[in-house]
Amino acid sequence: MIKVEGLTKRYARHVAVRNISFEAGKGEIVGFLGKNGAGKTTTMRVLTCFLPPTEGKASIAGFDVVEQSLEVKKRIGYLPETPPVYPEMDVASYLTFVAKLKGIPAGEIAARVDEVCKRTSIDDRKRTLISKLSKGYRQRVGIAQAIIHNPPVLILDEPTSGLDPEQQREARQLIASLSGDHTIILSTHILSEVEQSCSKVVIIDKGSIVAVDSVANLHNRKKAAETVLIEVAGAESLEVKRRLEQVAGVASVASRESREGTVAFDVQSLEHYSLRPELARAVVQSGWNLTELRATGESLEEIFLELTKSEEPKPEGEVATK
Amino acid sequence: MRNVFTICGKELRAYFTSPVAYLLMGLFGLIFGFFFYSATAYFVMAGMRAQMSGQAQPMSVNDFVIAPLLGNASVVGLFLIPLISMRLFAEEKRSGTIELLMTSPISDWEIILGKWLGAMCMYLSILALSAVNVGVLFIWSKPDWRPILTGFLGLILQGGTVLAIGGFLSSLTKNQIIAGASTFTVCLLLWVLSWVSSYNEAPWAQAIAYCSILTHFEPFSKGIIDTKDLVYYASAIFLGLFLTARSLDSMRWRA
Repeated sequence: MIKVEGLTKRYARHVAVRNISFEAGKGEIVGFLGKNGAGKTTTMRVLTCFLPPTEGKASIAGFDVVEQSLEVKKRIGYLPETPPVYPEMDVASYLTFVAKLKGIPAGEIAARVDEVCKRTSIDDRKRTLISKLSKGYRQRVGIAQAIIHNPPVLILDEPTSGLDPEQQREARQLIASLSGDHTIILSTHILSEVEQSCSKVVIIDKGSIVAVDSVANLHNRKKAAETVLIEVAGAESLEVKRRLEQVAGVASVASRESREGTVAFDVQSLEHYSLRPELARAVVQSGWNLTELRATGESLEEIFLELTKSEEPKPEGEVATK
Repeated sequence: MRNVFTICGKELRAYFTSPVAYLLMGLFGLIFGFFFYSATAYFVMAGMRAQMSGQAQPMSVNDFVIAPLLGNASVVGLFLIPLISMRLFAEEKRSGTIELLMTSPISDWEIILGKWLGAMCMYLSILALSAVNVGVLFIWSKPDWRPILTGFLGLILQGGTVLAIGGFLSSLTKNQIIAGASTFTVCLLLWVLSWVSSYNEAPWAQAIAYCSILTHFEPFSKGIIDTKDLVYYASAIFLGLFLTARSLDSMRWRA
């Protein structure tokens, strides 16, 4: 459905996106993950024909974004970072305007507007001026606008940014409910969002892709050897460390900061060892209180941080001035 | 074509759901009303004096009231039109809604034409106010309606030209003040260019004066429709819209 090959976007002074390639099949939800300024918005703007690529190709449903932009535009729904709404219009007339822009036949417009209002639960605000809507409602109007012509591809740029946790949850549910008929690309810097709603993750850092994989595979990458956090109360740090190092399968033990009265360690296992039962037994048998024991380095957040860890960030502008 | 009307309707709605339309109409109504009053009051006084001195020929309403009035309207227009055109693209660029338009399945030309037409409709509704004043003259006198019609045609063409230029300048910036001020400057320059020919007879001076927007308006107010004036306005409008199209396109590669 979406195919990006060797895409590069160069602005006057810097390269925003460098040689990225990925694909998304029908019905997939692809999470575009990266820090601010990583190149997420630029990539989306290329896919929506707002910006042409400097090099490389991108196509949607087989249509090239440069050569057949009109065909591409018919097949995408796009929610930019700030919802593109006109504050002086009310919700219904705004959606009617967008429906006309997207080429929906005049007879079907009213029905489509009703349907997307229901779908995004804004039908109680249809006659409200957009300038009077809260941020959460505006975002929903933005999503309604993107799906009004029922496009096969949806491109959502940070659909949950600026919403409160309750609204974020609602927005995620809404996006998940759309996944059946649409291929969705959404960008975000919130990791839990990707974990919850996406089938595939593209992690992008400083304009380059560092990983393209399913969420499950990303988790498995770290599974071979595990890191365990263990916290023990009422014991001497050195003593505990010595005891833990004796447990079978432990590769290393490193102490870390902890609350008062407790000591904590990161325990690294050798490959294919599951440490937690053994560690628990060792602590309890020594007569200490085990207060916490959990595997770390498994959440997407930690995988993400590890993948985007930069050696020493050098802004390109600086190099030029020296 | 449907897309052009969609955009045009949206623009018109934007003017009339904000105070902009009413403010502009109010300003124009006030200023034009004052001109109208001055022109007729002066005409009445001059007419009485002519009668007393035994002049047999009645004075022409067309020459003494309507022609100068339409000339004034065209100058007031030059000041008001930047206020109409400044928001056309600058507002959408600032609020990000330009992304909606440019990622919708419509062409740049449809966006540009729609916006220009919307602004034209706004300008026409302002101009319609002056038609009320001129209409009053028909109650107490018998002015010739043909120069009035050509005069309004001239005003419409002149407005279209300035709106096309203003739209282009608005597409260059996100800032409405910059768009408005630069359009105003260009309008003023186009107006005063005609002065060059009054102190210099050289061909280049004539050429510069030819570019003046008012030089081409004057024949219309006298009831003359000259092809060269029509060509001037039509090409100026096309140039403005064409530059806007190039400017929108440049947003894509300049970013």
